[in-house]
Amino acid sequence: MKSLQQILKSFVLLELLKGLRLTGKYFFAKKITVQYPEEKTPQSPRFRGRHALRRYPNGEERCIACKLCEAVCPALAITIEAEPREDGSRRTTRYDIDLFKCIYCGFCEEACPVDAIVETREYEYHFENRGENIMTKEMLLAMGDKYEQQIAADRAADAPYR
Amino acid sequence: METLLAVWEAIPETWQNLLWIIVKILAIAVPIMLAVAYLTLAERKVIGYIQVRIGPNRVGPRGLLQPIADGLKLALKEIIIPTRANRFLFLMAPLLALAPALAAWAVVPFDDGMVLADISAGLLYVLALTSLSVYGIIIAGWASNSKYAFLGAMRSAAQMVAYEIAMGFALVGVLMAAGSLNLGEIVRAQEGSLLHWFWLPLLPLFFVYFISGVAETNRAPFDVAEGESEIVAGFHVEYSGMSFALFFLAEYANMILISALTAVMFLGGWLSPFQGIPGLEDLFAWVPGIVWLLLKMSVFLFLFLWFRATFPRYRYDQIMRLGWKVFIPITIVWLLVIGVAIMAHLGPWFD
Amino acid sequence: MSIEPVLFYIFSAVLVFAAVMVIAVRNPVFAALFLVLAFFNSAALWLLLEAEFLALVLVLVYVGAVMVLFLFVVMMLDINLTPLREGFIKYMPVGLVVAVIMLLEIAVVVGPENFGLDQVAPPPRHGADYNNTAELGSVLYTVYAYPFEIAAVILLVAIVAAISLTLRRRPQTKYQNPAEQVLVRREDRVRLVKMEAEKAGSAEGAEGD
Repeated sequence: MKSLQQILKSFVLLELLKGLRLTGKYFFAKKITVQYPEEKTPQSPRFRGRHALRRYPNGEERCIACKLCEAVCPALAITIEAEPREDGSRRTTRYDIDLFKCIYCGFCEEACPVDAIVETREYEYHFENRGENIMTKEMLLAMGDKYEQQIAADRAADAPYR
Repeated sequence: METLLAVWEAIPETWQNLLWIIVKILAIAVPIMLAVAYLTLAERKVIGYIQVRIGPNRVGPRGLLQPIADGLKLALKEIIIPTRANRFLFLMAPLLALAPALAAWAVVPFDDGMVLADISAGLLYVLALTSLSVYGIIIAGWASNSKYAFLGAMRSAAQMVAYEIAMGFALVGVLMAAGSLNLGEIVRAQEGSLLHWFWLPLLPLFFVYFISGVAETNRAPFDVAEGESEIVAGFHVEYSGMSFALFFLAEYANMILISALTAVMFLGGWLSPFQGIPGLEDLFAWVPGIVWLLLKMSVFLFLFLWFRATFPRYRYDQIMRLGWKVFIPITIVWLLVIGVAIMAHLGPWFD
Repeated sequence: MSIEPVLFYIFSAVLVFAAVMVIAVRNPVFAALFLVLAFFNSAALWLLLEAEFLALVLVLVYVGAVMVLFLFVVMMLDINLTPLREGFIKYMPVGLVVAVIMLLEIAVVVGPENFGLDQVAPPPRHGADYNNTAELGSVLYTVYAYPFEIAAVILLVAIVAAISLTLRRRPQTKYQNPAEQVLVRREDRVRLVKMEAEKAGSAEGAEGD
């Protein structure tokens, strides 16, 4: 009896019609496409885009070359070399991030004890020549200078949840 | 103008006829090619809409020039011939796929008397030509010298032979009901009203024919011949550029053909759906028959796209089971039913 | 000049060429494809003879179905042709003699003295409303009804025989039936048993490890 019912059900294509009804309903549904270059989706303050190195308000760079980010980086994208500066403080002489290797996981940001390395909201960038995929310390600091306001605001917005 | 007429008069009569036929062929083939181009756009749009996207909208206003951009791109691409592939057959296959899809249009009536070749055995001609389209696929698969292409070709050969039989039996039902093999006569036999059309007395055959048509054109959910996720792209993996485009054209031209044939044989072809309804019939009397046919065809074409957006691909053994063990028995049983109905002069179709 | 003789000669030439190529080419797939071409051209010749039903059925059945399956098989087979060619020279004289005899016999039977317009008058040309299919059907189902049905029965017997000869039931092989698997409901497989909760003391042994 059950199998007879089953045969009858498959014979009148009941389940197929159900499927067609569902897709037919979505045919008329409101479309969610975002027309990218003209429209953009809203971003979270936690958005993880291209990296930046921050400075203190007095202009001193935050990074103390502790190499925690280098150690935590799962993709081995960060390369750091450090030496004492003339004034005796420990600073990086080299801070490279290979953006081809980087997976934008944000671990470096989490590991940093002084909030030096951060990920900004910038995600629209490209490389035209080989080698441009490596972000050097100068580029990272420049990014930090450029977006400092935004970065500070994002950290403040996220602070209550940390 | 007069000189042109004079030139025309100077041509001998046999050549005049030949030229006329060529003009008519162009008048059918060129709109079909255009329709194919825009069917690809419609497909992307419809499937996009069903997936809550808006589909291509960048090339031209609302994406209307997209097919032309696609065509240009394909035309400019290099045709790569695989090593140790059979060159002649490799290049021949796309043509063999496309030619039957276009040739079958010769007997399709667009309106009363508006048909290229009003031959008495039109239905047989259509059946014979649609059965040829499998050659393009088999030869493509074999000539490519590639295992995926070959697998796709084998699958599609088995599938097409199976569904051709169901299709043929469904058509036998139509010709029994109409009492003629001529497609124009078949439409005329459905005259009366919406209820006189053959979809009602031949309802199972109608479904069997259309579903077999979907299978014949290797469209989803019967697209095991292409099976992107299993055998890369099936029979046309090795094709590129214009030769690939020809396969594309053939597939879509076949879709349009199946839609036209289903409309002609089951939904009254060029007949108005308001026939026999007092008031409405006169209201729509001015609409030319070809418009009704095109409307009916668009419904079926939309169904093709809707199916593709809805159903997952059939497993190979399910396809075989459906073709041999479900469709063929259904059609044979229904042929008996029709035979009895005709003998009993069951109205309003067979009296 | 009428166009029909031209068409006839074109189709015949291609037909003869294709027929020769069927036995001349080395690759069996090409042979099958040439056979398709031959069928096509003979269908065209039949069309010229106003036998459109036969022509279309030839295309439908032989080209559309039979040859597809042929190709299917031929493509799958990996025929090694060298053993087949062994002894070609040895058997050639016999083969040639048989071929010549057959040729002569054919010439005697279908030679110009038996055929040609003097012996067999050309059939009358039919009008545009002449329907070969309908004519064929009415003859087939009246005059030749019995032979037709007997032929059908013989074919049916052949189908049944072919299937029963090739169908192998192998009860020891295990295979899945997806349709049945799909039909299985939870109630068929799982039985819920209501049991009283056991006392704590009886589970002591399990706690030991």
